[in-house]
Amino acid sequence: MNAVVEIKDLRVEYPSRELGQRTKVAVKSLSLKVSAGEVFGFLGPNGAGKTTTMNVLLGFVNPTGGSASIFGVDVREPIARQRIGYLPELTYYYKFLNAEELLRFYAKIFNIPKSEREKRIDEVLKLVELDHARTRLIKTYSKGMQQRAGLAQALINDPDLLILDEPTSGLDPLGRMKVRDIIQRLKERGKTVFFSSHELGEVETVCDRIGILCQGELKVEGRVADITAQYQTNLERVFLKIVGYENA
Amino acid sequence: MNNIFAIANVVLKEMYRRKDFYVLFFLTALLTLVMGSVNIFNDDKIVRYLKEICLLLIWVSSLVIAITTAARQIPAERESRTIFPLLAKPVSRNQMIVGKFVGCWLACALVLVVFYLFFGVISGAREHFWPVVPYLQALFFHWIFLGIVIALVLWGSLVFTAVSSNATICFIIIAGIMLLGGHLNQVAGRMHGFSATVTSVIYYVIPHLEFYDLRDWIIHDRGIVAWGPWLIAAGYGLIYSAIFLCLACLAFRRKALTL
Repeated sequence: MNAVVEIKDLRVEYPSRELGQRTKVAVKSLSLKVSAGEVFGFLGPNGAGKTTTMNVLLGFVNPTGGSASIFGVDVREPIARQRIGYLPELTYYYKFLNAEELLRFYAKIFNIPKSEREKRIDEVLKLVELDHARTRLIKTYSKGMQQRAGLAQALINDPDLLILDEPTSGLDPLGRMKVRDIIQRLKERGKTVFFSSHELGEVETVCDRIGILCQGELKVEGRVADITAQYQTNLERVFLKIVGYENA
Repeated sequence: MNNIFAIANVVLKEMYRRKDFYVLFFLTALLTLVMGSVNIFNDDKIVRYLKEICLLLIWVSSLVIAITTAARQIPAERESRTIFPLLAKPVSRNQMIVGKFVGCWLACALVLVVFYLFFGVISGAREHFWPVVPYLQALFFHWIFLGIVIALVLWGSLVFTAVSSNATICFIIIAGIMLLGGHLNQVAGRMHGFSATVTSVIYYVIPHLEFYDLRDWIIHDRGIVAWGPWLIAAGYGLIYSAIFLCLACLAFRRKALTL
């Protein structure tokens, strides 16, 4: 299968704010491949380097070493982001716009022709179940609705790769279920999804493969069933073991 | 260009959905109309004072709108994290800066058109005289001036973390240039040694914003400004806007996206 995301020996260092330490390593020697049509779950405790890795893939952070490419294009090229949809964690969209205007803005950025633009906005708003609130200002949305508006903007260009950073964080069970359903539908449509999450149940349900990152290093990578079989326990216990929780 | 205008369009929407402009226009109109309704000392040329006050209010209001609008653009994107979904799309950081600049500049153009229309109607109604071309020249010069201000403030928003500190510092710099910039060479002439050199260098380096202030020209009905110097001054202003924009792009290149 073609690799949609390819990371080779990635290393990211930040200037450290701690005394006597010049740099802090956020990601070390990370190599990873995500194939077309795959749903890949990127797991790890807080501060493991998940968001940093995603930031490299999106060109927000330049790697200190190694390389990363999307659809074979270096992530530092803006063109690499043409076929990507990205949902960041905890984002507040322009509060003076409504959902329709927000999506129109992003559609213009993708140069979607005017004739297709409105049709695409309708489709996406229906998919995320925000059709009824399309002309309401985003600042009046609940957190779940804002997250779905975020998902809508990530889907506006009908992306082949979706990068979702904790898409269900802070949502109630109903909101989580809705987001999960959307990911499932995208998977059925053959989209590649690369997402980070702390919800292990959700990861087990949705993902084809997972990778567990701890202190910047990829500790485990593979199919959920294979990993749980290898460790002879459920995913939660595997996760706790890998991140070094002693009682696990 | 498509990305730049899409970003600019959002800035325009923000401007007309916020209350800042409406409040400042209402205050300017109110003060001008109150001043215009009285005829102090039965002076026949009282309309000149009215024009002076109205233009001063327009200059102050437009400067406040330009500085506050430009100063919050990038910090607001970083604070609300809207910068992430935006830059995750095929948009470069330079396009974002230029888009913000174009948006703020177009917003200021709209503001100036409304203000100058009001000014034209008020002064025309009192003077029964409609010098359209000088007013258009003044409006365009004012717009060029705001272009330099916006580019400077955008650069400042990437250097200073807080919106308020950037706005205050830029306001002081602009007011300083407007009031003293044109006299620095005379000051340097009276100095000696190193301080004279520094003052001369400052005089030649700063953008001479006072060039764009055609208030006296309009108040005293001096007619049309010669097109040659007018075009040179316009070009000079555009060059300074471009310099500040380049500095903003350079500052943004390596800037962390979160505050």
